[in-house]
Amino acid sequence: MNFDYNEEQQLLADSVRRFLAKDYGFEERKKIVASKQGWSDKVWATMAEMGLTGLPFSTEHGGFGGGAVDLMGVMEAAGEALLVEPYLATLMGGRLVARAGSEAQKKAVLPGVVEGKTKLAFAHAEKGARYNLARVAAKAKKAGSGWEITGEKVVVPGAPAANKLVVSAQTEKGLSLFLVDSSGKGLKVKPYLTLDEQRAGDISLSSATAELIGKEGEALAVIEEVVDFATALVCAEAVGAMKFACDTTLEYLKTRKQFGAPIGTFQALQHRMVDMVVACEQARSMACLACSKSDTHADARDRARAMSAAKIKIADNCRHVSQESIQLHGGMGMTEELKVSHTFRRLTMIAQQFGDAEHHLARFAALDKA
Amino acid sequence: MDLNYSQDESAFRDEVRGWLNANLPKDLREKVANYQELGREELLRWHKILAKKGWVAPAWPKEFGGTGWNVVQRYIFEEELGYVGSPPLIPFGLAMCGPVLLRFGTAAQKERFLPRIYNGDDFWCQGYSEPGSGSDLASLKTKAERNGDHYIVNGQKTWTTLGHCADWIFCLVRTDSNMSKKQEGISFLLIDMKTPGITVRPLILMDGGHEVNEVFFDDVKVPAENLVFEEGKGWTVAKYLLGHERMGTGRIGASKRELAKLKAFAAAQTGDDGRPLSEDPRFRDKLTRLEVELMALEITNLRFLDQMRRSNQPPGADVSMLKIKGTVIQQTLSELMMQAVDPGGNGSFTGLAKRYCNMRKTTIYAGSNEIQRNIISKMTLGL
Repeated sequence: MNFDYNEEQQLLADSVRRFLAKDYGFEERKKIVASKQGWSDKVWATMAEMGLTGLPFSTEHGGFGGGAVDLMGVMEAAGEALLVEPYLATLMGGRLVARAGSEAQKKAVLPGVVEGKTKLAFAHAEKGARYNLARVAAKAKKAGSGWEITGEKVVVPGAPAANKLVVSAQTEKGLSLFLVDSSGKGLKVKPYLTLDEQRAGDISLSSATAELIGKEGEALAVIEEVVDFATALVCAEAVGAMKFACDTTLEYLKTRKQFGAPIGTFQALQHRMVDMVVACEQARSMACLACSKSDTHADARDRARAMSAAKIKIADNCRHVSQESIQLHGGMGMTEELKVSHTFRRLTMIAQQFGDAEHHLARFAALDKA
Repeated sequence: MDLNYSQDESAFRDEVRGWLNANLPKDLREKVANYQELGREELLRWHKILAKKGWVAPAWPKEFGGTGWNVVQRYIFEEELGYVGSPPLIPFGLAMCGPVLLRFGTAAQKERFLPRIYNGDDFWCQGYSEPGSGSDLASLKTKAERNGDHYIVNGQKTWTTLGHCADWIFCLVRTDSNMSKKQEGISFLLIDMKTPGITVRPLILMDGGHEVNEVFFDDVKVPAENLVFEEGKGWTVAKYLLGHERMGTGRIGASKRELAKLKAFAAAQTGDDGRPLSEDPRFRDKLTRLEVELMALEITNLRFLDQMRRSNQPPGADVSMLKIKGTVIQQTLSELMMQAVDPGGNGSFTGLAKRYCNMRKTTIYAGSNEIQRNIISKMTLGL
């Protein structure tokens, strides 16, 4: 039993935190969000230099062979800084290729990701599917030696930035994964800003040229695995965001004065502050569970059970901490001017990313019964 | 990062579990499982079985009978005690008076009291709260006046758990009323319950149980040698002890057992639609949230233990969160048991409802959960 990061993980987490504190402050981030593109090439290049884009990929493709625990400190720092770069989207896309792709596909895609040249996105969700990963209507059919996909994908994180997309679609044999070039014909991306100031897009595919990844009809298991991996990562990101929300609220309680005293001297607020901190600690515990179970698990059920448990707690505590952080800031918390209102929006999104508490309550119960 | 126990730790757990299963008397186990009240002799019977094995006071120094286990082993042991459903080890001697004497007692006091605590020869209780001094403990008024080689004690203690079973009581008393701060002028006294002038009156709780008492002191003569640490420095002793009290209130092992029981129980109850209640989505969600809450508590507890093991430091104020979370989990378990039981059986419902009533105490005792929040607020957050 050991809850510490090892030396390498700690060093990496520290250097990412230092880098983000220096180059990704609230003002710099505002500029990036307001830019037409919505992410920073410079930041991305630095992230690649630091090895972040290669962290979870195997050494034979230029990566470092890391797991979710290795990424935990990075994601925590990203949560604190409210990183809007398409990092998670790229890791997810890469992970799908790494888990399902052929050796040739891995060689074609992953080195570019590691080097920071290629950004990816996972185009999976469709209107009306909610959080059900199996509900996909997009169709793929054979066309010559390759495939063509037709369908609509919605709110795909990182889609506007992605050079290549991993797209899910149904074939005669069932749910399958495909690699699609973003600049290929038959593909249109409608980009927009999400509530948490990240870039996403709706994707329209009309006989878009595609390349099958993995075995036809057998994609669901790998999708579940990679979504669980990403869930563990957003759990860690949530801990960083919650930590910031707690720290900044505590600071505010100590400095804001009313009735002639810092408002932190009032017990009604002290107890609420304590409950926020406790919620953050509980979330950290569940993020530890999620990341370590993502790396080491007995079987898919063991992994899924831990991930759903973690996400239930994280979702509940994202809501709790974010709502309280605004309430304790009073009117100022409502404004764009304070970072805490931006953290509120990210925490609101994380609570439902890859399934809200209710989705995971149902999944946990079903796994228990099975 | 590795959330798993080491091979040695798992082997240790197996050893403890095996021994407990083989040595916990069946009648005691059944009484605990049915939430029945245990009397003095039953509590001491289990205490003595553990004392004979050498496991009754793991945290004590080896020369006084401690096991030499590290914090993780001690936690595993406590968790297994709870999980197997053993009678509670009454903390007043083993976990409170004992550690106080080890830290502050004279050689003579250690020699006189510690072996008797260890062997279960003396049954201790705690004289802290008073009618006017609950959360504001330092405002206590029970008075001890020095008179030659003894003190004369007058006043009243309350919420004295198992005072009706006790041979001895350790008390916070006021030896000097003229101090500017209320924390000063308090002393820590050991008092023989058989001394003339002591009256114990039961306080019956809403579930009908007799756990707590009022204890009245009317010119009670206490030898001066029963003073622990310096006169007027009792608050230092009390603070040391309160930290000790908070660490063991997570009750994770016992809550795990109760959760397993609740799940099996809910599966055996029929919902309105004729299917098992455990499959009713509304009930099921409450059950799952509770299970997740317990997982989060367990991992948080392990994180603290891991820190303690490495830093070799006693637990900080953060352990108050284990008390806050652990007690609410215990309450929710009893609430869901009561909710789950078929309302058509008055006997079974009333039994579980009484348990629910009784569990309300957990967020009040050992420093109410509001006091725990004050502690975190002041000590950790600096508010």
